[in-house]
Amino acid sequence: MKLTVEEIHNLYAAGDATPSQITRAALDKIERDNERLNAYLTINRDGALKAAAAMDGDIQSAIKEKPLAGIPVAIKDNMCTEGIRTTCGSRILGNYVPQYTATAVKKLEAAGAIIVGKTNLDEFAMGGSTENSAFGPARNPHNTEYVPGGSSGGSAVAVAADHVPVSLGSDTGGSIRQPASFCGVVGLKPTYGRVSRFGLVAFASSLDQIGPFATNVKDAARMLQVIAGHDRHDATSANIEVPDYLNALTGDIKGLRVGVPPECFGEGLDGEVKAKVEAAIHKLKDRGAEIVEVHLPHTKYVVAVYYLIATAEASSNLARFDGVRYGFRAEEARSLSELYRCTRDEGFGAEVKRRIMLGTFALSSGYYDAYYEKAQRVRTMLVNDFAEAFKKCDVIATPTAPTPPFKIGDKSDDPLAMYLCDIYTVTINLAGVPAISIPCGVSSSTSPMSGLPIGLQLIGNHFDEARLLNAAYAYEQQPRKP
Amino acid sequence: MIANSRRGLRNHFLTAIRNPQSNMPITRIEVEKIAKLANLELTDAERESFTGQLAAIVEYIDQLNELDTSAVKAWQTRSAGEAISSYASRDDVVRPSLGQQKALDQAPDADEGHFLVPRVI
Repeated sequence: MKLTVEEIHNLYAAGDATPSQITRAALDKIERDNERLNAYLTINRDGALKAAAAMDGDIQSAIKEKPLAGIPVAIKDNMCTEGIRTTCGSRILGNYVPQYTATAVKKLEAAGAIIVGKTNLDEFAMGGSTENSAFGPARNPHNTEYVPGGSSGGSAVAVAADHVPVSLGSDTGGSIRQPASFCGVVGLKPTYGRVSRFGLVAFASSLDQIGPFATNVKDAARMLQVIAGHDRHDATSANIEVPDYLNALTGDIKGLRVGVPPECFGEGLDGEVKAKVEAAIHKLKDRGAEIVEVHLPHTKYVVAVYYLIATAEASSNLARFDGVRYGFRAEEARSLSELYRCTRDEGFGAEVKRRIMLGTFALSSGYYDAYYEKAQRVRTMLVNDFAEAFKKCDVIATPTAPTPPFKIGDKSDDPLAMYLCDIYTVTINLAGVPAISIPCGVSSSTSPMSGLPIGLQLIGNHFDEARLLNAAYAYEQQPRKP
Repeated sequence: MIANSRRGLRNHFLTAIRNPQSNMPITRIEVEKIAKLANLELTDAERESFTGQLAAIVEYIDQLNELDTSAVKAWQTRSAGEAISSYASRDDVVRPSLGQQKALDQAPDADEGHFLVPRVI
């Protein structure tokens, strides 16, 4: 289904389609594609068709009141959905059926959305390729030998492969933006606190944030409008008014100051990515933006800081998976401590264990000051860098990822090489600011069969998503050259 | 005693990393200690691969030592640019919760309102 939310609503308004027809078409395509793309871990056929049928009767009035009435959506499988299995891409939650629904998902349902499936991800959202899923890798629809990015790879594929117009992912260090870049779709990580994390299985609680994928900026804005806002179930969700994001999309960026940090265009950046991102920045200038140089002087340290803080928080958060209250339990354990260790050994995959180990090390007595405390101090420096940069500009433009998509298996034996791919995205989570990835071209060199997508990352100041989305929208209005 | 042995572990660890002659900066024994703290039972193959991988990652992370952070405060909660009001306190009132039946619903083993585990004593 190659339709935007607005186009589906136009079909409903004209009486040319019903939610049942649209939902069935989505499910049929998902089922046809899933063997090839492995984007879904659970397909919610019966539930989705039931929800759609209930809307068929009054869909023409519903679309006036509910922004996502009759719209099929896919949800990353680390958000709890009552009655629908939620695995986190892990064996340890392979049979877990949540007793409650995440707030962001509840808000989508209240806005009329229909959940067609739960999407594949790196186990516990730890990875940048979706290869770390316990249920096999998802594949890039532009070329199935390549990764779709991660960790929200399945949700990016769901939109890129025209299964659904919009989907939800989560972003701890780039897990929405990088797969959006690799799959050629729009992906938004909101400000930390903009969207409730209640019901999102925690990876790193000071960094995690839920956000949308879409084929275009307007649909991403529409999704944010629905999921944003304070939630009494998440004490870190912001009690700040949610502006009208759709109204903010004027396309007018005259005088908008776009900051370009040279630190993000140096060593390690693929030549073709650099050229496409610079061309994209030039297009923003053509539309009236003012390009200014800003500095993010500690860019070379961000991966080190991120992999200390994220793993430390993960080692603490994942302590709860012990085979007692939910999920997988190792059968053969004879004592309680053996039950914990065997359950976790059999239940977690290699990357999750590696990160728990690194985080445990960083927090352990004797190492805490040199590693965790040090990282938190450098995090303060990174936050200050952004505050300084935003004195001189309104948005910052960088590449989303340093390279185009890579082949499945290429980096899976070298965790450090994989981590270094996160250099432009992790710093945004550490600073808590919002950022969006939008397609800005394709790479001709990586894949002989078809060009693979490249993404432009635009970064905004805290809670300034309206301006950020409008900058992305203005860029999107430019005619695209291949 | 425990603190001392951990300090010893740390010194050994760092010395080994910074010694370019060393081919195995983190030994399997240290990996085993961390695994024990994390309640992970590793296989031999995992112990082997994690030893080299964690050493390489920690060596990379050690570049943070180039930065003088003595005058910098550690990041805590959120700084001024972000909304302090979002960390709102709330009234301490009882609200409906999941309830016992639902809470036990996903347990691998439960009986009479309790989670069952292997005997502890």
